[in-house]
This record gives sequence, structure tokens and C-alpha cells, in this order.
Amino acid sequence: MMPTRGSLDRPFLSVTDLSVAFPTEDGLVHAVDGVSLSVERGKTLAIVGESGSGKSVTAQAIMGLVNRKAAKVTGEIWLDGQELIGLPQNEVQELMGSEIAMIFQDPMSSLHPFYRIGDQIAEAIRAHRPVGAKEARRETIEMLRHVGIPAVERRVDAYPHQLSGGMRQRVMIAMALINSPQLLIADEPTTALDVTVQAQILELISSLQKEFGTTVILITHDLGIVADVADEVAVMYGGRIVEVASTGQLYDRPEMPYTLGLLSSIPRMDREPERLDPIRGNPPSPINLPKGCVFQPRCNYSDRVPGGACLTVRPDLLESGPDHFVRCHLQIEERQQISREVLQVLAGAPQ
Amino acid sequence: MFTLLFFLSVTVFFLFNLLPGDPAALTCGRACSPAIIEANRHRLGLDEPVPTQYVKFVSGIFAGRTFSPDSPEPIVCNAPCLGYSFNRHEQVMSLIARAAPVTFWLAIGAFILWLVAGISLGIFAALRRGRWPDRLVMGISLIGYSMPSFFIGLVLMFFVVIKWQLLPFPSYISPFENPGQFFQTMLLPWIVLATLNAAFYMRLTRNQVLEVLNDDYVRTARAKGLPERVVVIKHALRAGLTPIVTAAGLDLAYLLGGAIISENIFSLPGLGSLALSSIIDSDLPLITGITLLTATIIIFANLVVDLLYTVVDPRVRIT
Repeated sequence: MMPTRGSLDRPFLSVTDLSVAFPTEDGLVHAVDGVSLSVERGKTLAIVGESGSGKSVTAQAIMGLVNRKAAKVTGEIWLDGQELIGLPQNEVQELMGSEIAMIFQDPMSSLHPFYRIGDQIAEAIRAHRPVGAKEARRETIEMLRHVGIPAVERRVDAYPHQLSGGMRQRVMIAMALINSPQLLIADEPTTALDVTVQAQILELISSLQKEFGTTVILITHDLGIVADVADEVAVMYGGRIVEVASTGQLYDRPEMPYTLGLLSSIPRMDREPERLDPIRGNPPSPINLPKGCVFQPRCNYSDRVPGGACLTVRPDLLESGPDHFVRCHLQIEERQQISREVLQVLAGAPQ
Repeated sequence: MFTLLFFLSVTVFFLFNLLPGDPAALTCGRACSPAIIEANRHRLGLDEPVPTQYVKFVSGIFAGRTFSPDSPEPIVCNAPCLGYSFNRHEQVMSLIARAAPVTFWLAIGAFILWLVAGISLGIFAALRRGRWPDRLVMGISLIGYSMPSFFIGLVLMFFVVIKWQLLPFPSYISPFENPGQFFQTMLLPWIVLATLNAAFYMRLTRNQVLEVLNDDYVRTARAKGLPERVVVIKHALRAGLTPIVTAAGLDLAYLLGGAIISENIFSLPGLGSLALSSIIDSDLPLITGITLLTATIIIFANLVVDLLYTVVDPRVRIT
């Protein structure tokens, strides 16, 4: 789960102590602060968090999309035995779209409005492989059919505005997978879509993942969609990972109060509306992070920690069980007790 | 579009007839008596009610007309007849036809100059945002923007032509007759006329490019692993410069209506000079003619720009 430094057999993707800092007039803003994670080949890691938690910046740093002139990126990113952060720009560019591909949040604005979708996909092919225009078009049509676009022969020459949101996201997926990347980063791929289409797109991503053996990082703010697709879940808050566990473990025994808050925020039809229990307050401003635990101002349980450590000391991400790491000052027994109580309420047990 | 032109011509025609001053009185020189004024008024057709005058004016455009038919020397004005200037004793159409090429060449040259300078410097600044080349370009733009064109015109005229005598005194000649003299004459007017717009287009282009560089589809292009050059030119600029086409087309049309200040400083006999002198002389038929022509050009340019937009942007294409 957690990468061991200097280990010879690294996992397929391992990120160690990744930090991304943007210099601003108010000083350095640490959008991502010391994130470490790893994914085995062919598995899916979900990164969950609110807006501003640093999840998208983490993804963009792995992808190589963070502008190095505008931001300071430190740490190590190892992909299949290759370190990415130290790579020169032209090699990063070679990896982008071929070894690592990305699907973005808003399919409405992520396709170029002036070019036909087929040409946009073919452009991705020809950026990395010496393929003729005809062959590129043939591959494009095949891939579009593969991602479930009906009447492909006609649609391949359509402009993005002629397609629905779900269709456009399928086009984005086709574009991302066209060069058979080893790693696919999906940055909130369903957020902008209708609920009915969301499930289809997630299903498509995971079936294509199985077919191509792709490793997937799924970025989302919605813990509700993670359960079926992810093998592991990392919860991010204030630029840090606050809890990471296998998906089953995280849903059955979440320990970090923030994760509990996220789980309580998922609306469910089988629950009374008043039981929906959002996390109070707003995410912290990355310019002015709390001194102690970044979640402390919104935490319901910080007063249970003796000596007010939550206010003054940053907790470390510590092992809490097998494949389960939590960043919290609460005692393990106490966390588990709180977790059980919250889950009971969520399950609708009589109080 | 034709409806628009119709309402426009009505407005212009009636508006100018409301102007103070009696055009008939202006046509007779020093030795003037009420009798001569009345005779002239009749000769000009100004004794008729304004709607009748308007109908005659419009039918003149399509069928031609004859002025003072009952006098010994009737003036025949063939279609398209925009009227007759009794101050200059010449048809409005031929006055405009003489001035239009000057303005045309002036506008086209300035247009090319300001587009090339404005767009290229704007892109240059955007790609080096926040660093010294960007600040330099924006500084130049601010200076160009704040400098009145008569000031630049007079300064250039004074130093380049009079003091250093780098260029001969401007004297307009058709580019087909004497290209050398044509360019020598037009260079300064082009620069003066282009300065303001170039300054404006630098800012416009810079902002447009900066905006599209942050657009999602540009990030997608980057994520495909395309070289930065392709990302910028094919993806960002294509989208960013399209709205500039609209603005440029309309600005050109505006310029084609005559550049009063530049034409007067460099004594170019274009539409701007003609318009100015017609206003000074209260030459009503000429004012009406020039105003209608200018308005027609602008309406027409609007149409062309709209049609052009459907070519460059598939989203507005009618299928």
C-alpha cells in the first residue's frame, strides 16, 4: 500500500512526498503537500475530496500538466520504473497521451469547438505514432464504436456541439484510450453529466479498464460512485491524504472524522431527509491553513483529544490496521467507536 | 438589411431637412435678393414638401432624375443618382466616386498595418505574460492608445516631412499611376490611422489569447502530448482569434466611411475630407449622400462578417 523508499520492486505507480506549491502575492500556496500513494498495475485508486482538497492538482502533477514555470513541484513520481518529475518537458510530452492519458471533468468544454471529433482523436494518434491519415481514421472509428457511440460513420465527422454531454464524454474516453495508455487519470469524469449517464460512463471506464489492463486513478468528490469501481480509496483534505484504505475497509470501517462526514453527506433515498448530515463549515483556504490538524475547525470530535493537540500539532498519516492509514490525533479505539456510532446512524438503526 | 437601409435613408433625409439654415439661401452669392433665393429654391426642388423630395431622391437612385427640368439648362443625373451638389455644381455620385478610392487605399493599408502589428504583438505579449516583453508591448499599446491621432499626425508630418525631409510632401496619386509616390504619400497616413486601432488590437488579442490558453480544450490538446507550438497555434489561436475577425471587419467598414483627421492633416482628397467640407458648406445633398453611403458600407460589412463567422466557427453554421 504505502511505498517503501528505495524499494526495488516498486508498485506500477508510486508517488512519494509529492508537493505542488504555487507562488502568489500572499506567499507560497501549497495546493498539494506531501502526498504519497501507490497503485498496482491494473487496479483503480480513487482520490476523494472536496473542491480545493488538492485532488485535481495531484492528478495534473502525475499527468505532467502542472505548469512548471508557475508552480514548484517536488517529490517523486515513479511510473513503471521511470521517474517523472525530473523528466525534461519533451519527454513528458511524449508520455502524455500515450502512456498516461486523462479524462476531464467537463466534456462540454474539453473538446475543441472548431474541429470535428474524428480529427481531434486522429490528432492524438498521429502525435505519438507514425500513422497515415487513413489508418488513423480507421482506428478512430473503431475506438468510437468501442466506447459505444451509435452511428459512428456519421458521428466521426460531427462537431462537438452536435453531440450530447454523455456522447462527448465517450469521445473524450476514446481520445484518452486511443494510444492504449498504461495509466488513465479520470478527473471527475461524471460530475458534469446527468445521473443516468454517470453510471453508464463509470461502467464504460471500468469495462475498458479490464479489457486493456489499464491502471486507473479516479478523482471524484462523490464517495457514492466510488464503491463499485475502486480497489482503494484515498481521501484528501487541505492538500494532504487524511485516510487511505482498500475500498471495503473504507466503507466498513472509516476512521477519519472527515471521511465519516463525507459518508454522511451522501443523499440516500432510503433515509429520512433530515438524516442528511453535511460537514459544517467550508474547506480551509490553502493560503491560511490551520496550524494543527487542517480538519480541526470542522471536526466534531477534536475536543476528545487531550491537551488540544489538534490545534497545535499536525497529525501524521499512521497505520491503523492492515492496508489502512489514518491522519488523526484520536486514539484508534476512540476513532473506531465513533465510526461505529456514525455508521449505525447512517444505516438507520434505532437510536 | 434592405428594411434597415430604408429606415436609415428616411431618418437621414428627414433629419437633415430639420437642420437650421436655408440651403437655398446658401446657393446665391453676395448679390442676393429674396427673388433669387425663391427661384433657386424652386430650381433645387426645395419648395416641394419633404416627403415628395424623399420620393424623388429614392427614385433618382434607381431610375435617375433631372434637376430643374423647366429651366433652360436642365441637369441630367443618371441612375444611381444620389443628388446634385449645387455648391460644387457636380453630381454627388461623381464627387464620391473621385474621393472613394483615396479612402479605400488609406483604409486598406491602415487595416493591414494595424492587424499585423496588433495581433502579432498581442500574441507575443500573451505568450510572455507578466515578463518584460509583455510589459513593453502593453506600454507601447497604452501610449498608442492615449495619443490623439491629430497629434501623432502633426508630429510625424513635422519631423519626417518638414524637418528631416525623409518623405516628400504628401500629394495623392493613384497606385496604378505612380506606385512609388503613392507609397511615399500613404505611409504616414497609414501609420497614423493604424496606431489607435493597433494599440486596441494588441490588448484585445492579448486578452483573448490569455483567456483561451486557460480553456479546457487547450488543456486537452496539451494532454494529448502535442508540441506546445501546435497547442498554441492550432488550438488556442484558432479559437482565440475568431472573435477578432468580427471586430476587425466592422472597424474596417468604419474606416471606409472616411478618416476625417488623417485625411485633413495629410491633405488627402478622400471621403473624410469631402464629408468635412460638405458639412462646413452646409451642402445638404452631399452630406446626405455620404452619410447614406457610409451607413450602407457598415451594414454591408456586418453582413459579410456574419457570413464569414459561419465559415470559421462551425457552431454557428446552419445545417
